[in-house]
Amino acid sequence: MTTWVAVIGASVMAHLVKLAGYLVPKHVLERPKVAAAAAAFPIALLCALLGLQTLTRNGHIGLDARVPALAVAVIALRMKAPFIVAVASAAATAATLRALGWMA
Amino acid sequence: MSLRSRVAAAERTSITRTALSIGFAVGAYGLSFGALAVTQGKLNIAQAVVLSAVLFSGASQFAVISIVGAGGSPGAAIAASAMLGVRNGLYGLRLSSLVHPRGWRRFTYAHLTIDESTALAIANSDDAKPDRDRSAFAFWAGGISVFVLWNLATIIGAFAASRIGDPRQFGLDAAIPAGFAGLVAPRLKTKSDWLLAAVSAVIAVGVSPFVRPGVPVLIVAAVALLVALRRPVASSASNINSAPSSAPAATVDGESRSQ
Repeated sequence: MTTWVAVIGASVMAHLVKLAGYLVPKHVLERPKVAAAAAAFPIALLCALLGLQTLTRNGHIGLDARVPALAVAVIALRMKAPFIVAVASAAATAATLRALGWMA
Repeated sequence: MSLRSRVAAAERTSITRTALSIGFAVGAYGLSFGALAVTQGKLNIAQAVVLSAVLFSGASQFAVISIVGAGGSPGAAIAASAMLGVRNGLYGLRLSSLVHPRGWRRFTYAHLTIDESTALAIANSDDAKPDRDRSAFAFWAGGISVFVLWNLATIIGAFAASRIGDPRQFGLDAAIPAGFAGLVAPRLKTKSDWLLAAVSAVIAVGVSPFVRPGVPVLIVAAVALLVALRRPVASSASNINSAPSSAPAATVDGESRSQ
């Protein structure tokens, strides 16, 4: 049930934010500070999530197979690999390390 | 539609071709969204589909499944997703002045306003000789192509992954951070972008043992807001004329990095 609240709530909010660009008067949104926040949020939030998803599990910080997997994804992205290839190579790295019993 | 007849056939073909290649590239990553939504986000297939059809913005969708999957509150997921979407509001502003949609059309425009459709519309605009129809055609071609393929891919990915027993055995938990890396990579342009990225990750992980799931992201958002308000024009990424692509596979000039 709480998942549905998150799904519907996020969907409605996302749509309202998109709509604001078309309905809110231009001078209200067209400010350097709004542009700066719009640019900073994705970098900050995506990296926060990246860190959390790599280094934490159930509220505990720790190292496991996700760390080398992320490293492989970063290398793939630097080599201009498509998104899906970077993601798949990360999954394959973690799966292999676990299958070999080298990392949790 | 009369819009079709007002754009030259050769231009329509070339714009449509670009729109489809972007759609397929983004679709490939919709496949991973669908799969990760059910395995890591613990969503059911219907919830994954609603996110792709109604929320329809990749980075926000990944944030929702990530926070929900970690046990965060709906409020945290909704707030993080909305803040990631602020840029879409600015795209709407830009598109408003580019194609001037009126009445109910603004709602359909708003729905399809994402990185890729905006990028395609801007790439097909010309400040010297504005062609509203051409930009509008590019917007619709990009928006519809990405919408259809993104949603199809989500369904396929979600169904395929729902048959997987233990997602960790397949390394799917490691696919999520890799996905975030792919989403953020095209946005890291200046030194201060990289600094913000590093500080955000360190703060989020550092506070995580002491607060409830989902809260670290909100703390980082507050920090980012303070930083952004202190130096309004610090980042080159704040220039919305060069719409950054949420799917790194699609670039503003319409070239696709997919095979």
